[in-house]
Amino acid sequence: MIRPDAPVLLEIRDLQAAVDDQPILKGVNLTIRAGEIHAVMGRNGSGKSTLSKVLAGHPAYAVTGGSVLYRGENLLELDPEQRARIGLFLGFQYPVEIPGVSNLEFLRVATNARRAERGEEELDTFAFEDLVRERLAVVQMDPAFLERSVNEGFSGGEKKRNEILQMALLEPVVAILDETDSGLDIDALRIVAGGVNQLASPDNATLLITHYQRLLDLITPDHVHVMAAGRILRSGGKELALELERSGYDWVDQELARLGADAERQPAEVA
Amino acid sequence: MSSTATVGDLVSQPYKYGFVTDIETEKIPKGLSEDVVRLISSMKEEPAFLLNFRLRAYRQWLQMQEPDWAALGYPPIDYQDIVYYAAPKQKQQKASLDEVDPKLLETFDKLGIPLSEQKRLSNVAVDAVFDSVSIATTFREKLAEHGVIFCSISEAVKEHPELVERYLGTVVPSNDNYFAALNSAVFSDGSFVYIPKGVDCPMELSTYFRINSGDTGQFERTLIIAEEASSVSYLEGCTAPMFDTNQLHAAVVELVALEDASIKYSTVQNWYAGDENGVGGIYNFVTKRGHCRGDRSRISWTQVETGSAITWKYPSCVLQGADSVGEFYSVALTNNRQQADTGTKMVHVGPRTRSTIVSKGISAGHSVNSYRGLVQIGPKAIGARNYSQCDSMLIGDQAGANTYPYIRSQQPQASVEHEASTCRISADQLFYLQSRGIGFEEAVSMMVSGFCRDVFNQLPMEFAAEADKLLALKLEGSVG
Ligand SMILES: Nc1ncnc2c1ncn2[C@@H]1O[C@H](COP(=O)(O)OP(=O)(O)O)[C@@H](O)[C@H]1O
Ligand SMILES: [Mg+2]
Repeated sequence: MIRPDAPVLLEIRDLQAAVDDQPILKGVNLTIRAGEIHAVMGRNGSGKSTLSKVLAGHPAYAVTGGSVLYRGENLLELDPEQRARIGLFLGFQYPVEIPGVSNLEFLRVATNARRAERGEEELDTFAFEDLVRERLAVVQMDPAFLERSVNEGFSGGEKKRNEILQMALLEPVVAILDETDSGLDIDALRIVAGGVNQLASPDNATLLITHYQRLLDLITPDHVHVMAAGRILRSGGKELALELERSGYDWVDQELARLGADAERQPAEVA
Repeated sequence: MSSTATVGDLVSQPYKYGFVTDIETEKIPKGLSEDVVRLISSMKEEPAFLLNFRLRAYRQWLQMQEPDWAALGYPPIDYQDIVYYAAPKQKQQKASLDEVDPKLLETFDKLGIPLSEQKRLSNVAVDAVFDSVSIATTFREKLAEHGVIFCSISEAVKEHPELVERYLGTVVPSNDNYFAALNSAVFSDGSFVYIPKGVDCPMELSTYFRINSGDTGQFERTLIIAEEASSVSYLEGCTAPMFDTNQLHAAVVELVALEDASIKYSTVQNWYAGDENGVGGIYNFVTKRGHCRGDRSRISWTQVETGSAITWKYPSCVLQGADSVGEFYSVALTNNRQQADTGTKMVHVGPRTRSTIVSKGISAGHSVNSYRGLVQIGPKAIGARNYSQCDSMLIGDQAGANTYPYIRSQQPQASVEHEASTCRISADQLFYLQSRGIGFEEAVSMMVSGFCRDVFNQLPMEFAAEADKLLALKLEGSVG
């Protein structure tokens, strides 16, 4: 839902980031307002996951330029845990397994960290069990998953559902979902998309990173962006995704080639 | 930028027990000789049997070689550069705690071990050992009502010499190994526990060892005897000040469990570990062994080893009684330049004896952490069973972990099962937890306590939470 007067939740300006001195993001610009659903598409290696991890504060990536404001606050100076507590959520492309840490306890500690930030009381194990059972319904997940270690031995689809369960518990303001659709069969895709749609509201926003139109058939984006070589090359409405589906990414390569000379010059300009 | 700590920083939390108590001590001159052994014995007014025990051990020690088979590296120890006896100057016989130097009480208060009546832990009796001597034992009268003897071994020598003579050195013979021989020659103090037949000890017993002097070795000796159908749970804790020299700690612990008796011995070891460059710290060479003498007896070792520059320690069980049970649950954490070579020996002698070994090694920094275990099944141990599980967790990429499981079986029917695993706390796992609002330190501690849960579950309740916190503290700054 596009409302030009809706408050800006995330404002990314000329964001540049590197890993081991290797530049990956080369000037990303993106503005996300409350109530909006954005889709970022692009080939493998174009920098989509890097963008999501830089926003979440992964220590492997160094921000080398630009700024990110989250509801007007400088996001980049916050620890990853603080970003999460104030409502930024990253659904990982590859959720890691954490043996020995109970999923239920993990979810409870995470939920309470978010609640504390919002001035809400801490939930004890009993109150939390009630809440988690209710939210499990959003992703139609078997309560047995709560008893296991975080993501340990989960199938690809189960891991993704566990991500959406976390989103349902943390009630983020800005949710970034990195290829939450990949590796899902059609039923699981419906469940996950249904969950995302249920959680979307006029007060929050979602950034979907995906390769596939099939997710966007289920979750209608307000804006679609195409990423290439660490930048957003083109933005448009939901029809841009359909165009990509029809004509593929070849035009992206041509456009990149045309921009090549500029791109070469850019680091010098920044420095 | 964000203040994201590295796992490396997390371990380098200052050691909060590193203070030195300024108290006048009585020390004998440095060095070891037969005269020193005699001097220690005479200062303690010991009976002849004990002097003879010491002298025999000393002569055996002279013939022995320091073991070099452990995966440990350290410069040669100069045994003539150590003070073998140091005691805070105070009245020898304390009728009550009022006579204990307030500085000592204050020291133990600071260590979180209140000895004074009002503040002491409600269901734990404590024996506090400072350098070479025991300074106080709490709850003695209450224990005496049940016939339980809990005192320093020096007092036991005076008041119950027949028990000491009967059991001392019967589990760990004085010539068992180099460090046991040294301890047998010069041991100064330690705890003595006697649980009479049929008695379940009504409270936790605990000894707290504190090294204070910089040039003093600590050689404590602990002896626990559980008579038929009795049971006891005992916990030891230890800390030392920070010095840039190494102090030698060579203890011997002997446990005797008679028919249907059960002894649970837990250790939370937090000796000073040296600084991040490996300067200073305790050399911890300890021999601990339990003897399940009676049928259906049970001995369980639980250890949380977090301190010391060097740990050389293999709490073991000799399972002689039919159907007796030995257990070893261990968490050993090393950081910076710490080295640990620790594990257990389960010696199955009697029929249907069972043993369980659960070892969790955590290595961070540049440390090296080795598990070394022996499961031995003798020819008469028909139907013996062992289960061993040895897991290692690596934090960062500079630390090392080794597992050396030895199995010797003369019983083809015995069942011996060994499982091992190695894992690493990865930056991605930590980031995952952080990205859900969980602080960095809590994230590390969640992962580490998850890894150690099987062992922590074995600790007495009062100490399980402590152990959790201690580990988190030790790891402060080590990830990332
Ligand atoms: N941690 C990392 N170390 C080294 N290279 C990385 C790292 N993360 C991403 N890259 C590189 O950055 C580029 C963008 O990767 P990524 O953001 O994962 O792309 P996408 O998600 O669009 O497929 C790739 O060339 C990838 O190899
Ligand atoms: Mg990706």
